Parts: sequence; structure tokens; C-alpha cells
Amino acid sequence: MRVPLSWLRDHVAEVPSDAAVVGEAFVRVGLELEEIHPLPEIAGPLVVGRVREIEELTGFKKPIRYCRVDVGAAEPQGIVCGARNFAVGDLVVVALPGAVLPGPFPIAARETYGRISDGMICSARELGLGADHSGILVLPPGTAEPGADALAVLGVDDPVVELAITPDRGYCFAVRGIARELAASLGTGYTDPAAQVAVPAAKGEAHPVRLADSGCARFVARTVVGVDASAPTPWWMQRRLLAAGMRPISLTVDVTNFVMLDLGQPIHAYDASALQGEIVVRRAVAGETLRTLDGVERTLDPDDLLITDDSGPIGLAGVMGGASTEIPLDAAGTIDVVIEAAHFVPTVIARAARRHKLPSEASKRFERSVDPELPPIAAELVANLLVEHGGGRIEPGRTDVGAAPALPSITMALDLPDRYAGTTYPPGATVARLEEVGCTVTGTDPLTVTPPSWRPDLDLPAALVEEVLRLEGYDTIPSVLPAAPAGRGLTPAQQRRRAVSRAVAEAGFVEVEPFPFVSDAVWDDLGLAPDDIRRTTVTVANPLDAERNRLATTLLPGLLDTLVRNAARGFDDLALYTVGQVVLPHRNPVPMPDPAVDRRPTDAEIAMIDAALPAQPVHVGAVLAGNREPAGHWGRGRPASWADAVEVGRLVGRVAGVELRVTRAELAPWHPGRCAALRVGEWVVGHAGELHPKVVEALGLPPRTCAMEIDLDAIPLREDRPVPRVSPYPPVSVDVALVTALDVPAASVEQALVEGGGELLEAVRLFDVYAGDQVGEGRRSLAYSLRFRAPDRTLTSEEANAARDAAIAVAAERFEAVQR
Amino acid sequence: MTSLESTDLDAAVKAAHEAFEAAGDLDALAAVKPAHLGDKAPVLLARRSLGSLPGKERAEAGKRVNAARVEIQAAFDARRAVLVAERDARVLREETVDVTLPWDRRPRGARHPITQIAETIADVFVGMGWEVAEGPEVESAWLNFDALNFGKDHPARTMQDTFYLNDGTVLRTHTSPVQVRALLNRELPVYVVCPGRTFRTDELDATHTPVFHQVEGLAVDEGITMAHLKGTLDAFARAMFGQESTTRLRPSFFPFTEPSAEVDVWFPEKKGGAGWVEWGGCGMVNPNVLRACGVDPEVYSGFAFGMGLERTLQFRNGLPDMRDMVEGDVRFSRAFGI
Repeated sequence: MRVPLSWLRDHVAEVPSDAAVVGEAFVRVGLELEEIHPLPEIAGPLVVGRVREIEELTGFKKPIRYCRVDVGAAEPQGIVCGARNFAVGDLVVVALPGAVLPGPFPIAARETYGRISDGMICSARELGLGADHSGILVLPPGTAEPGADALAVLGVDDPVVELAITPDRGYCFAVRGIARELAASLGTGYTDPAAQVAVPAAKGEAHPVRLADSGCARFVARTVVGVDASAPTPWWMQRRLLAAGMRPISLTVDVTNFVMLDLGQPIHAYDASALQGEIVVRRAVAGETLRTLDGVERTLDPDDLLITDDSGPIGLAGVMGGASTEIPLDAAGTIDVVIEAAHFVPTVIARAARRHKLPSEASKRFERSVDPELPPIAAELVANLLVEHGGGRIEPGRTDVGAAPALPSITMALDLPDRYAGTTYPPGATVARLEEVGCTVTGTDPLTVTPPSWRPDLDLPAALVEEVLRLEGYDTIPSVLPAAPAGRGLTPAQQRRRAVSRAVAEAGFVEVEPFPFVSDAVWDDLGLAPDDIRRTTVTVANPLDAERNRLATTLLPGLLDTLVRNAARGFDDLALYTVGQVVLPHRNPVPMPDPAVDRRPTDAEIAMIDAALPAQPVHVGAVLAGNREPAGHWGRGRPASWADAVEVGRLVGRVAGVELRVTRAELAPWHPGRCAALRVGEWVVGHAGELHPKVVEALGLPPRTCAMEIDLDAIPLREDRPVPRVSPYPPVSVDVALVTALDVPAASVEQALVEGGGELLEAVRLFDVYAGDQVGEGRRSLAYSLRFRAPDRTLTSEEANAARDAAIAVAAERFEAVQR
Repeated sequence: MTSLESTDLDAAVKAAHEAFEAAGDLDALAAVKPAHLGDKAPVLLARRSLGSLPGKERAEAGKRVNAARVEIQAAFDARRAVLVAERDARVLREETVDVTLPWDRRPRGARHPITQIAETIADVFVGMGWEVAEGPEVESAWLNFDALNFGKDHPARTMQDTFYLNDGTVLRTHTSPVQVRALLNRELPVYVVCPGRTFRTDELDATHTPVFHQVEGLAVDEGITMAHLKGTLDAFARAMFGQESTTRLRPSFFPFTEPSAEVDVWFPEKKGGAGWVEWGGCGMVNPNVLRACGVDPEVYSGFAFGMGLERTLQFRNGLPDMRDMVEGDVRFSRAFGI
């Protein structure tokens, strides 16, 4: 909402001249200051001119005019102009050579399009008067004589304040509303412009109207006949419309817009001669269409509320009028105008505007609710202004059908604002503030408060409290730290997530935060089978990037993207990780319930909500490329390998409280021979290894990129309390080398040794792996160091050897392992 | 036959002294040792000849021989100690290395600054007795909007540009649904802080990102006032921006709070000079929200507040471009360490 200070002065007793002070006053009471548009900086000769001759220049890319303009001098000024919205005899604003327009944009005589252009004919935007640049500014006839100082005529010494209006404050989409706020903030007088409009008694109807749907609560019509179709809008009104960011168009349009901006009531003006029979407000019938004022043919939805006559739809109620009853811009002679000022149910208008993607000045106000008392007042003001500036007369009849329900009264304890604020306000402050915003207050304690018709947002005692607090000033609220009860600290799961993240970072991985949006195509790049569960994704209905419209079921695509970006920026040795939720939809989704909000949902409803949401476990993902340990003066680097990926998986498990079991696996996108399943017991919680070469190629990854992903939530929280027994007796260490088939996993051999070694076996460590001639093809030797120790005595070598033999026996039995 | 005369013994001692002093290192010393302390050394031979002397004379000669031997041994030990010290010093000198050589064989890891700031904030509130609550990122529209007093057609629903998913679900536009979950699932009173990832359909640029993080706080208890909100925000501001920091409230609107306010924070180290910075939104929990969560607004009241973590980090550290926080360049996270 943009408003010039002069407009505020119409309704507020004392408005400071400094726009910044005015802006601060608005902020204090809760209106957000978007911008203060400073006065346009114009220097040098800027005069009113009258166009004498227009010569159309041809042969250029666009039509160009060479004009002779009377600027009060002996000879008319020759000026080249690209706009076409003016004619001979029009009054325009001319910047003469030497003038400087806002920008700064110095004007000089110059040769262009083969002529000397001795100045510039200005648009409203070029003068800093508004956003309109659709043509040059044409002043109403008689505004001034050629040669007059245009600065004085235009009235540009009027700063504009632009405010953002929060959705609860529909009444602030009008100067009427924000002036009231400003007056309250400044503690100065306020004159309600609506109260200044006399609404005389009428005789009969202006036009027959029937409300066939409750979406329209009230409809007022008034008719003005004999308005001069070519009457110009007075400059002061044009100036205000420009300052408010609107474009002056014609007297009828400008007057309806002016009244909407001043009072907040959107108005529609019909060409009375185009209306056919009774106006009926009803819902659309499937298949109906309407050509709206913007020239678009719209297919209507049965939920759309329409203004109709005998010809069919003539307007999308509260959103935009129809073309068929529009007052033609080129109308000649006099016109008869039917003025509509109606009150619509906000949600009906909000839905229609959304459905047709047509957020108009009218819908913006109706969907935030408009004062239902305004329609007769606004219609009267429009009629008065039309007659004042366009002649004609107001017909005696007025149509006023329907009525908006009165706002309910609210009972509020007198000290409720004090209790909310944690302070004590001066006696009488609460009642005074409520009356200031327009409420009617009766009773002493509790108070009975009736909100004014323009404040349907005041629907709760808490809303009344806000009015008192914000007008008394939030800066009067004291600062008191509440004493929370003793908390339980972070949950074990929260502590664990922190520990895991820290441990992975300490291990040399850099945390990144990729977006969860992925393309469906990435699953093919990752080589997932057609029926792979990870292809079952949640789709984003309105993605920012149409390609990436799925929510990731795995952290790898985002991590690998980030890896590629870093590689492209010249980093070869990379280790990245991320911790985050993935989104796993259910195979058979259940419907989402939509409980009422006037009570707690039932436990069953809450359970249903959770059941209808996709599973969203927290995963940890890591990727590696290049060297795990860099090359340096000490020698060559150590390339990152499948083993590093498995190791970071084990690290996550260990920090999470579980020693993960590693088994062989084959799963895309990993290399089928270099993929490990990470297990808690038998339960697979993640995978790690080197990526499949085809995946590396498809995603443009560095060669031999490795990856790990684990479901942290699947790792049970550790609840055991270890009781280690530390024996002080000396150990006996024995080495054994076992030869097995190549495909026997080392982890299985070790498991066999652990089981066979019994309680005396304290530790097993694999210290050599050998495959070659000495053990035969298809076989390898695994050399283990076994450490035996007894809890209660010094172990003899006989005992240790017996335990070793037992360990070997199990390995031999299971895997035909032979001692080397 | 070695003389037992004192002059001869003195000569032997002198010779030993000279020989030991002449030895330049331990090997040389070891080489000359037998000649002065070995079996064939003069004093040893002299001692062996003591037996041939008569009683009294033998005793006196014995004393002399012994004194000579002790002196020679002492000379040897002293010289040896000197040479051992010299050798030790030399070995250490020879083992000198260039300790300025880089040895960064372990790659440097880092946690993302958003993770770090979220932990810092959580710790501030845990320190005050609050707990940390969490919830899903794909959330039901009921929890994200309806329970928070966003009517089905309320214009505020379109205020927050929402990513819509299947019917009835959205990517949460704020962490406020976690507050609803906290009220639905926890015993009163509730004091929770909710850090988490949130989503809005903003194009990525220097000051916006469609995927960002918020932290929200919620306190619901008997007798909670807006003064408590102000006090909590002030304490939070001091923890994040230093002892001189404070907050100020400006009236605003949010469907889930009434009264509502914007929070500005006084940041002494603000780029370009100390000043107020827009920090977040807050207010007293709307009674409609309490009712939808099964909390009696006649008995309990509460406050809530929320801030963007990216924005907080951006102005706290003076970071010019939010895109750096989402692109995952290792240089960015590494600058923040672990």
C-alpha cells in the first residue's frame, strides 16, 4: 500500500513533514515499512507544454513522432517522442535542455532519428511520480498554461510511504485504515472519511438485483446518468493514483480506483446501456465462460461466484469485471453508469482469485474482508465524484440488498492486557485504546467489547489484547526470564547424532547440506533395478526445478552432486558426509486425516497422521574420491578405496554404540565385487564400498569413487552397561596362518577362530593376507595373531596351544582351512 | 717387574691421565683402557708383586698401589663420563630434523556451520532447562497449517510459499509443526526448542534459499507472559551476540500467535557499525492453537518465537552470499572447523 503524505493529511490532524518520522510511527503500531519513496530530484527547466503539431516519422524500427510543442516561448520547441498516447492540443510536461530528471538523467538537445530533439516530453515514471511508463503524462485540459512551471503544477513535493499489510489487517488496504493507525500512533486527531459522506435517503431501486448465493452478503447499486464520457480526471486525483502505483485511465475508472484506495471498498462501474435485465449474483454452472476486462476468456468453475444478467455472466464477483458491460474507453457523448459496491465472503473470493491466478486490487481486499458498512457510502462517493467532474446526475433510486452479519461482542477481563504483558497499564488505558481502534466498550469488569465493522480480525480476547499492547507500545513490556523446570538434557538419540557427526568430521570428512530434490533420471544413472524400492518417491507438485521434482530416498545423489561440484572446482582428494532425513513413502499409502481444530485430535487421528506420512529415518551418508591420505614429501598418497568407505561405516556404528557386522553384498550403485552390507546382527542397516564403474561414468564422478550410507535410526540405542573384567596375568601370543579358498570371507574365518578359541582367546588380529604360488591357485593365506589370557592365573603354553588348536579346528571344519 | 716405588707409581698414574685425556672418543678410551687398568697394566703388575715384600713394607706399598689404582680408575670414569656426554649431545644433534615440514597426512574434516550454530542454540536452551524437540520434514498440512490457526482459505497460507506433496502433505514451511507435536505428545509445562530444516519455494539467491533451517522456541506454562518472551529473547540474544545485545519487538501478524511481533536484535559487531537487525518472529501462542493441541487456554498460556539459522549466520558472520551455505564447497565448511 503506497500513500502520499498529502493524502494522509486529509484524514489525520497533524502529519509530520518528515516521511521517515511517519514511517517510524507506522512501524510502532505494527505496519511494516517497505520503503519511503523520496521526493523526485528534478532540477532545471521543467514546464507545461501544449502539443501544436505532430509529424509521424517513418522508416524506423518503431513509430516515432516529431512534435512541435508550445512551451510559452515565441517559437514552439521541436521534440522527438516515442509515445503515442497524446494528440494535438494536449497539455504535456516538457523537460527543456539543461533540466535534470531523477536518475539523474540530464536533458540536452540532441540529434536523433534525423531531427534535433530540443528537450523531452515526460512520462510519470520519468518524473518520479509513479510507476506508469505506458505513455507520456497528459495533463487534463485547463490544468495550466504553456510555459508554466511544471514542478508547482504537478505537486511533486509529496513523499510517498509504502507499507506492507499483514493478512489480518484488511482495513489497512485503504488510506482510511492506515490514517487511523497513524493518528493513534502519533496521538493526534483522526477524521473518518467514510463519516464525511452524506448518504441521502433514496427513492426506489437503482437497478434490480437478486442475491441467489450467500457468497454475496450485500449488494448496493447506484446509477449516474449523463456523465461526459470524455471528461478528464482532475490532476490531483491522477497524481494520487500515480503515487499509489496505479495508472490513470478514464474518469470512471479513476474515480472507482480513488474511492477504493481512500475507503477500501472495491467498486465496479457498469455501462448501464449494456446491462440486460436483473442482476443476479449466483455460482457458475459448469461450462460457463466469461471474458474478463483483461480480455481473457475464462472457463468458470462451479465454485466461482458470478455477477450475471440476462446475457449471462458479466463479472467474476470480487475479482474482475466482464468485458461485455465495460464502459468503452472511446465512448463519445454521455454515458450512464451503474455503480456496484458489494460485500463478498472472503474465502469465496480468495478461492476464485487463486483458481484463476488473478490476484486483483479488488480480490486482494475482499479476501482480507472489507467493511460491510461501506457499500452505500462508497457508491455515494463515486456518484458524487462522477457528477462533480463529469457532469450528469444521480438517479434517485438506490439498490441495497442483503446485510452482513454483525460482529459478535467479546467479553474480556479488564486486566487481561496486563496479564498478557506482565505489566500494569495506567487505569483507563485498555478502554481508551480499544475505543481508539473503533471498538464499542461497555461494562467495567469484565468489559463487553464490540469490534468495529472493519475489524473482523478482532475475534478473540487475545486479539483485543494485542490492540492494547501495540498501541501502548511493545517497548513498555518488561524483560523477565521464565524459570523452566529442570530439563532432561539432550535425548540419547540427539547425543548420538551429535557424536556421530563429530566423529565422522574428525575422521577427515567435510559436512555438506545438499538439497533433497532429485530427478527421476538419477535412479537410472545409479543403475537401480526397475523394481528397486528406492525408486518409490514422494513427488513435489510445484517444484522449483521441474526436473528435480522427487524427494530423495537416499542421501547419495545429493552427496555425489556436491562431490562433482567440488571436483569441478579443482579439488581431487575429497571426503564428504551429510546427516539428514530421507523420505520413504509407504507401498500402500493411507489417506491423511484432516481433524477439526476446535479440540485436540483423538489419539487415533494422531496415529493416522503419522501413519499417512512417509517414513523419514535419519541417514548418514559419506562419499570419497582421490586420495584418502594425500601425497607429500613423505611419498605417494593412499588412494581412497572401498575399505575407507566400509571403515567410516564401522566408525558410525561404533560411535552409535554397535560393532557392525560386515558381509558381502551386491547392491546398486556399488561395484558388485566391492560392496559390503553393514549389519546389526542379521539386520542390514547400510552399505559401503566402491561405486560401480558405470555409475561413475554416468554421473561424471572421479574414478573409483567410494560411498557409504547407513540408517542411523535403524541402529538400536545402546542400553547395555558393560562390565569389563581386566585380567592382570600375562598373555600368551600365538600366530597361525590358515589357507582357505579365495572366496571365504576373512570375517567368517575370524568368527570361526573366535568361536573355537573359547574364553581364553582375548584378541584376534589379522596381520597378513597372501595369495600366490606358495598356497596354490584360488586360495589364500590369512595370518592371524591370537592372544590368549586367563582371568585367574598365568596361562601355560600348553593351554594356549590347546586353545589355538581348538580355534583352528573350527575354521578347518567350516571352511576346510589348513594350517600353513 | 714393576717398581713399587712411589715415583714409579706416580709415573704410571700420570701416564694413565695423559692416555685417557688423549682418547677423543669412547672407542679410543676403550682401546687405551687395558694398558692402564687391564691385567698387564703397571699398577696391576705392581700389586701382584706385593707378595714378595716383607710385612710392614708390604702394607705401605699396598696402600700406595691401591691409591694409584683408585686414582687411575677415577680418571677413567671421569673421562668416560665426559665422552658419554659428548657422544649423547652429538647423537641428539645429528638427529635434528626440520620440524616445520608439513605432515598433514590426515585430511581435515569439518562440520557444517549450520549444524554448529544449531547445536550452540540448542545448548543455550538446554542450559536453561529446555529440551530439544524434533519432527519430520514431510509434514501433514494439518500440523503445518490447520493446527496453527491457518484457516483453509486464510491468505496467510499463501504467505508462506509452500512445496505441496501428496494430498494433505507438504514440505514443512517452518518448524512450528514440531511445537504442535510437542504440545500433543508432552506433559505440561512444555519448554522446547526446535531446530530443523524447512522449505519454501524461494529461488536460490544471495539472501534466499528454498531449503533452509529454523529454530523455534515454545514455552507453555501457567502464567506465561509476553515479558517472559522478551526475557527469553534477551537471554538468547546475549548468548548469541554478546552481553551488550538485547532485543526489541515490533507489532506484526502470524496466525499462530496473538499478540504477534517481529524481533530485532541489537548486534554490537554488526557490519558497518552496531545496530538493529531483523531476526525473527514471535508472539503469545494463539488460544486457538492451544485448543487444537488439547491445552486449556483458560489455564495455560505460552509464547513462541522463531528465527532462520542461515540468516542468523549470515549477519553474525557477515557472509555475503547464502548460496555458499548450500553449495557444499569444502572450503566453506572447513573454515568453520569441527
